[in-house]
Amino acid sequence: MAQKQTSMPSGGWKELKYSLVLPLLTIAAFLGVWELASRLGLVSASLLPAPSQLARTFAEKLSQTEPDGATLGQSILSSLQTSFSGFLLAVVVGVPLGLFMGFFEPVDRFVKPVFEMIRPIPPIAFIPLTIVMLGIGFKAKMFIVCFAAFVPCVMNSYTGIKLTNPVLINVAKTCGASRWQIFSQVCVPSSLQMVFGGVRLALSTSWVTLVAAEMLASSSGLGYMIQMGRMLARPDLIILGMLLIGVIGFLISLALGALERRMAAWRAMR
Amino acid sequence: MSELNERPVKVQVRQLTKKFGDLLVLDNVSFDIRKGEFLCVVGPTGCGKTTFLNLLTRLIEPTSGQLLIDGEPADARRHDLAFVFQESSAFPWLTVEQNIGFGLGIKHVPAAEAKKRVDRILELMGLEAYRKAYPGQLSVSSEQRMVIGRAFAMEPDLLLMDEPYGQMDIKMRFYLEDEVIRLWQQLGTTVVFITHNIEEAVYLAERVLILTNKPASIKEEVAIDLPRPRQVSDPRFIELRRHITEQIKWW
Repeated sequence: MAQKQTSMPSGGWKELKYSLVLPLLTIAAFLGVWELASRLGLVSASLLPAPSQLARTFAEKLSQTEPDGATLGQSILSSLQTSFSGFLLAVVVGVPLGLFMGFFEPVDRFVKPVFEMIRPIPPIAFIPLTIVMLGIGFKAKMFIVCFAAFVPCVMNSYTGIKLTNPVLINVAKTCGASRWQIFSQVCVPSSLQMVFGGVRLALSTSWVTLVAAEMLASSSGLGYMIQMGRMLARPDLIILGMLLIGVIGFLISLALGALERRMAAWRAMR
Repeated sequence: MSELNERPVKVQVRQLTKKFGDLLVLDNVSFDIRKGEFLCVVGPTGCGKTTFLNLLTRLIEPTSGQLLIDGEPADARRHDLAFVFQESSAFPWLTVEQNIGFGLGIKHVPAAEAKKRVDRILELMGLEAYRKAYPGQLSVSSEQRMVIGRAFAMEPDLLLMDEPYGQMDIKMRFYLEDEVIRLWQQLGTTVVFITHNIEEAVYLAERVLILTNKPASIKEEVAIDLPRPRQVSDPRFIELRRHITEQIKWW
């Protein structure tokens, strides 16, 4: 039997060109224009510092705690900690909840009304309430992040179960499978792809929400550093914080993509 | 194979009737299937063939009537039933060998026995090289062969096939028809094969059941006693085919 051809661009140089050289070129061009604009005085350096200035601030902040009270490493660690704990909690609770809601009708009926009512509230709207109830600090931030990440986890897991091919369920049924076997051996594996989509979405949402939470209800982290930068009129701190958030978010999504490809190897085939 | 009428009765269908609301789809159908028989069911398009099959596999409940396997009411938990659906029904996340062993896992067949059966099927179908492959890596026809292998691996009391070759071209069809006959002869499974292709029915079956238009009931039973391998150009083959076509006449 002939195998289906998988078409991948082959050849080392071509692949390298597309995956590495072109993207790096864009970044270099972007930074170049920015630096030039700053050097030529097109924008005031006190409003938009040049990349070279940012590099200096970056190097300084690696060891200095001034002016926001933490080194860059400490800020990043604090942010990652909050974001991951909130995210993990959301996944651990949200994914099983979504899966059960999708499969077991009574669970769906029971949970859905509350879930549907809470779902449209933007996570950031919870910040004032959280500050009142939990103060500012780790718990408050984690709660907000967790809420933001929870929604996509539930939604995608739920949809994943609902999208299970009914023919496959019938195959299991004619084999005499129990409800639990159908759930665990057919519906859950078949929804994995959607679940992963949800987890991915949850991770990026948690990272975005984290920064908002840190700006309003925190005394540490990258968001806090940005906030301090605004108060002390240090645009270099603000932009450095923004860039780092972007870079870390990008790395996280890369890592998750790699994990997903490994866990759902069969998907890449057809 | 011994003479059909001498073999013990495996499945008894008794006054099977199905209504959807006021719509009578299946009207008082009774017949027997003998152990190890290859039975083909043909009928006009839309006569309720699929409903008929879904009743046999207990995916839906009959309005009245009974289905007995070895004298007991059929139950997917107790009996081994297998169904080859018209649509693709491979589990895309399982490898070929895991797919073939799926039903055995559901039935908690001991691992050693399950492995033996899966290996035998892989060997019979020449799929050993693709043991670790995923369905997505196979051609559409190989995928369907694997699904058929999965059904035979159950060593089912009753194997139901719903136009499993509906989507295949004629060459692949001939090839797979021979293969299903080979599996059936080697494993002695009781098979009910639904098709709208009369030539296919005459080629495969020991007995053909002709259904009437909706509400479906049995119009005629035709025994096909041609020797195997059968020749589609054999005058008796042609005569049987013509006779069944006359009986159906859906055009």
